[in-house]
Amino acid sequence: MLRIEGLSKLCGAERYLDDEPLEGPLKGCLWGMTVRSPVSRGRIRDIVYGAGFNWSEFVVVTPDDIPGPNETYLIENDQPVLAPGYVRHMHEPVALIAHADRDLLRRALASIRVQVDPEPPVLDFRVPPRPEQIQRGTDNVIKQLRICKGDVEKVFATAPIIVEGEYETGAQEHVYIENNAMAAWIEDGPAGDVVVVRGSMQCPYYVLNAVKHALKRDETRVRIMQSPTGGGFGGKEDYPSTIALHAALLALKAQKPVKIVYDRSEDMAATTKRHPSLVRHKTAVDRNGRLLAQKIEVILDGGAYVTLSPVVLSRGIIHAAGPYSCDHVLIEGRAMLTNSVPYGAFRGFGAPQTIFAVERHMDRIAQKLGISPLEVRRVNLLKDGQTTSTQQTICGGTDRHALLERALGETDYARLLAQAEEFNREHPYLRRGVGIATVLHGAGFTGNGEVYLNSKVDVAGLPDGRLEVLAASTEMGQGTNTVFTRLAADAADYATDDVLVGMPDTFRVPNSGPTVASRTVMVVGKLIERAISDLAAQLGGGGSPLRGKALKDAIIAWHRVNGGGSLKARATYTPPPNVKFDDKKYIGDAYATFAWGVCVAHVEVDLRTAAVRVLHFTSLQDIGKVINPTLARGQVQGGTVQAIGWALSEELKFKDGGMANNSLTNYIIPTSDDVPPIRVLFHENPYEHGGGGAKGVGELPMDGPAPAILNAVAHATGCDPLAIPLTPERLMPLLEATP
Amino acid sequence: MAGATDLLVHWPIRPEAQDKTYLDLSAISELRPFRWTDVSLHIGALTTYWDILRDPQTRAEFPLLHEAARQVGAIQIQSRGTWAGNIANGSPAADGVPVLLAYDASVVLTSMAGSREIPLREYYTGYRNSVRRSDELITSIILPRRRYDFSVFHKVGARRAQAITKVGIAVTREAGARAANPWRVVASSVAATVRRCPAIEAFLASGALVRVPSDFFASIDADIRPIDDIRSTASYRRTVLARLLYHSLRGVSATVV
Amino acid sequence: MNSNAAHKPVCAESDAITIAFTLNGKSHTAKVAPGERLLDTLRYGLALTGTKEGCGEGECGACTVLLDGLPANSCLVPAFQVRGRDVRTIESIPAERLGPLLESGATQCGACTPGVVMTAAWIRDHRSELQSFTTRALMAGNLCRCTGYDGIIDGLERWIASESGGRS
Ligand SMILES: Cc1cc2nc3c(=O)[nH]c(=O)nc-3n(C[C@H](O)[C@H](O)[C@H](O)COP(=O)(O)OP(=O)(O)OC[C@H]3O[C@@H](n4cnc5c(N)ncnc54)[C@H](O)[C@@H]3O)c2cc1C
Ligand code: FES
Ligand code: FES
Repeated sequence: MLRIEGLSKLCGAERYLDDEPLEGPLKGCLWGMTVRSPVSRGRIRDIVYGAGFNWSEFVVVTPDDIPGPNETYLIENDQPVLAPGYVRHMHEPVALIAHADRDLLRRALASIRVQVDPEPPVLDFRVPPRPEQIQRGTDNVIKQLRICKGDVEKVFATAPIIVEGEYETGAQEHVYIENNAMAAWIEDGPAGDVVVVRGSMQCPYYVLNAVKHALKRDETRVRIMQSPTGGGFGGKEDYPSTIALHAALLALKAQKPVKIVYDRSEDMAATTKRHPSLVRHKTAVDRNGRLLAQKIEVILDGGAYVTLSPVVLSRGIIHAAGPYSCDHVLIEGRAMLTNSVPYGAFRGFGAPQTIFAVERHMDRIAQKLGISPLEVRRVNLLKDGQTTSTQQTICGGTDRHALLERALGETDYARLLAQAEEFNREHPYLRRGVGIATVLHGAGFTGNGEVYLNSKVDVAGLPDGRLEVLAASTEMGQGTNTVFTRLAADAADYATDDVLVGMPDTFRVPNSGPTVASRTVMVVGKLIERAISDLAAQLGGGGSPLRGKALKDAIIAWHRVNGGGSLKARATYTPPPNVKFDDKKYIGDAYATFAWGVCVAHVEVDLRTAAVRVLHFTSLQDIGKVINPTLARGQVQGGTVQAIGWALSEELKFKDGGMANNSLTNYIIPTSDDVPPIRVLFHENPYEHGGGGAKGVGELPMDGPAPAILNAVAHATGCDPLAIPLTPERLMPLLEATP
Repeated sequence: MAGATDLLVHWPIRPEAQDKTYLDLSAISELRPFRWTDVSLHIGALTTYWDILRDPQTRAEFPLLHEAARQVGAIQIQSRGTWAGNIANGSPAADGVPVLLAYDASVVLTSMAGSREIPLREYYTGYRNSVRRSDELITSIILPRRRYDFSVFHKVGARRAQAITKVGIAVTREAGARAANPWRVVASSVAATVRRCPAIEAFLASGALVRVPSDFFASIDADIRPIDDIRSTASYRRTVLARLLYHSLRGVSATVV
Repeated sequence: MNSNAAHKPVCAESDAITIAFTLNGKSHTAKVAPGERLLDTLRYGLALTGTKEGCGEGECGACTVLLDGLPANSCLVPAFQVRGRDVRTIESIPAERLGPLLESGATQCGACTPGVVMTAAWIRDHRSELQSFTTRALMAGNLCRCTGYDGIIDGLERWIASESGGRS
């Protein structure tokens, strides 16, 4: 099935927020902009509005204009909507202004001086804070988590070989091509005025909760609608709540519609990024490379507020031991408060960071033992019946050893290796190498997250017999609408043209949970199937559930009888049987299931410039059933290229705690000429509790490329890179030090 | 302004740039074409990278113009950006300027008072500063037609396209012994301006043996002083310059072995 | 007047410049502010919102149009410079012809897509003159964060194959 909205996107007809005509609710729309902090930490002394502007023509919003608590509703509500006299990071929102003339507004904004008495910021999460830098508890720790299996210290005491390593990953900016954009206006409703917000977002119900909380309104007086969203990757998971509130506050004050559209430099400087990480490994192994004990310490830079860091940390530590079997594992993680922009969700959600570390570490164990990187994986890869670090027994029938062998066969790994070595003997300044990574990704929310979410989906039978799927899951490019249509059509035995997927609107759709964690097809897709079978059973009146034409006719007949009524069935999440997780002790089934993958990277290093080029890349993925090959392949290819950027070129440069390279010119994402075709192979093993048999595909592709590429660079050059992005500036000194 | 590919970058958020006055050249069609004489190639003030890329004769005689043009931005920039704009903009990371310098180009500056031709190597006086008076326009760029038996251009950017040069070299060696020193070595992004490197040129002509890249360091240090900035580091730039020179000239110059 | 025009850059009436140009094959006149970018004229002045803004710095290519037949970033074109020239936007390309790009997965979120299609259309129409360039190099001025580029490159190749010899 072809992407439903694909042609409309290709011919430019799809209307993103800033494309909407300024009529109807947007008639008379003002532009809104954000006054931001010029420093990383300090007390605001004054906000000085520049001379030469008639400020009475501008709408100005300060924290005093917030009707409810000045808090952004999320895990801890510690992030203010507008900094109340105290700023904790550079570019933190301080006040808002609006005007109809965008250029004038920009000049006015530039004239505003936020005067701050600076206090000592924390800009390096890796070093313990000094007393004057403490801003949370006694140690700036946002969250601490621990996984303990067996007794590592006992093993270390007698272990024959111990391998240690310290691995670092940098921040990463999402670079969705549509910048953040949000509009808000006020409408009349039966219970009083309604604040309506429409814009680019991943999670309409996150936005709803945030707007309700800070505006002190209930859900009948706040309405959130998603507009077509030009990419998210996690970047539009929590931050849109802030922008929605800003637009809403301006609209309330102005009593006019207000639109906030970030420009690229603002979007890059002010919004969330991937958490930087430092991961330390200490591993006991025997001479064959068998893992005897893994002790892992994971430290994340959480940024200035708690936001989503506790859950990112959680996913990070659960993936930290890799797809391997080991009887003694101790993982300790903490997320640190710093005065950087808050770090947030980004495709993979903590897992790519810890998987980078473990996969580099596995190669270094092999190196130390003088065995091949394949061997160390063959010895340790989980087999069904063995347990992960949280003591989850892996079952489900995917043979990870067979996956590895298939990837080696398909890439002709042995020949690649031999060719690279031959090439390196001949060439004066190019060096080729091959690297591998074996990865896992927990599908859906961690632990009992899905139970707490309690997601709901409605399916409506329309008067003409068609079905409409009503869910808050958003399309942001990953293909939600197309896959939902396919799943619904298959469940109902309908033609895909007879299925509609409603645009998320909190007045119309129930909360199917956030569009994150690769959960949409697997979890929400399953709910769609269940809602349809409920509807079909209802209409079948106790007989067998209706399908196809019979179902359609029954829907039409129902409407004839119940003229004007609404025919809907709702499905609510129930966990798969026998999935149990203790979220205090971190023991049990961290995820209902895992997706598995193997990546093989073939790289070339130019010794003249230390530039690394990926020549070939193959990704083999077990994602359950592949529902739409074109879309699934696109997810893997896009995720892989994003990961190649993270591994090699995407480096955030900071100045005084703020992003200094906040432009597409200076923050380097790959172009089409920087990456090879990404070869994608699927291993299909349908997952019975997933929609259409699917597990998640969104995030797994982000996990393997960085370690596979660095492993390949190590093979090519004999040097030992431990940190990403492995820019030429970082690699050159390593090359210079390698004989 | 010509192609405006430098001028309009981040335009809406640069009120200071909006408050200046500009003279638009784009409609003066006489400035667009490039033309040949027996002894030189004249590039017009509006000649774009794409104009040169489409021309086989320039590729045959001045291959580095092609090398450089191909590596400027991507097609959207090549189609609009001009060689004259590249000179006038004065970025030390420019890619057009080094190859023009390696071909001993000169610049024709024209004002109401008349025209003057000055060698490009004498054009820049410092970071984004030049001898051009504010009432002067660059109306053409003149390249003498000579025979070269070696030429190379290397651009090192953070990616393969759409990249600002972190360090670059353009090197030519003129065939026949007309000049005292046949070498032209130009480096970009390693000083306040794109610049010729007389010490490296002299070193190449001196007959001294070069066995490893670091043998270039003494002459590199005499010519340039790279800095750390948000795109790269001084030490990276210096090392890469030496390595590029070494590997490009190895086997070309009898002294680089 | 279209409603988007309310968000067009403003200037004093006496500073406005009236330009005549060809837009998607038809002659057109527009009144533009001196500091107005072609991108603003298209999106706000003319409500041709298919052309997107991704960066405003010439880097992403989401704003690509064909100016006198060549790809150009409309965020870097002063509107008055198109006086007397030929401008083609994504709105000139009929959806029916884009099947090959749809099939290959050339679009995901769609934000880069109109720019991608404009560059692709140019490549397709001039394939024979562009032999010395790879498709990946020619497409490098259009950043896409979703597809990893394979869907785009494959789609372009299918498009060329499906319309070989044909011109728009
Ligand atoms: C995305 C992007 C990528 C780029 N990539 C590269 C690259 O890889 N390599 C590179 O070198 N450059 C690059 N550039 C910079 C730019 O494209 C070039 O410098 C180009 O040659 C400038 O030409 P222009 O005609 O567009 O100049 P304009 O922007 O029109 O003018 C630039 C400056 O020169 C002045 N000027 C222009 N013409 C004249 C004249 N005839 N006489 C006097 N003054 C004049 C203008 O007043 C202005 O100050 C890039 C720019 C962008 C936006
Ligand atoms: S908006 Fe013009 S190139 Fe990005
Ligand atoms: S499809 Fe989303 S950026 Fe290209």
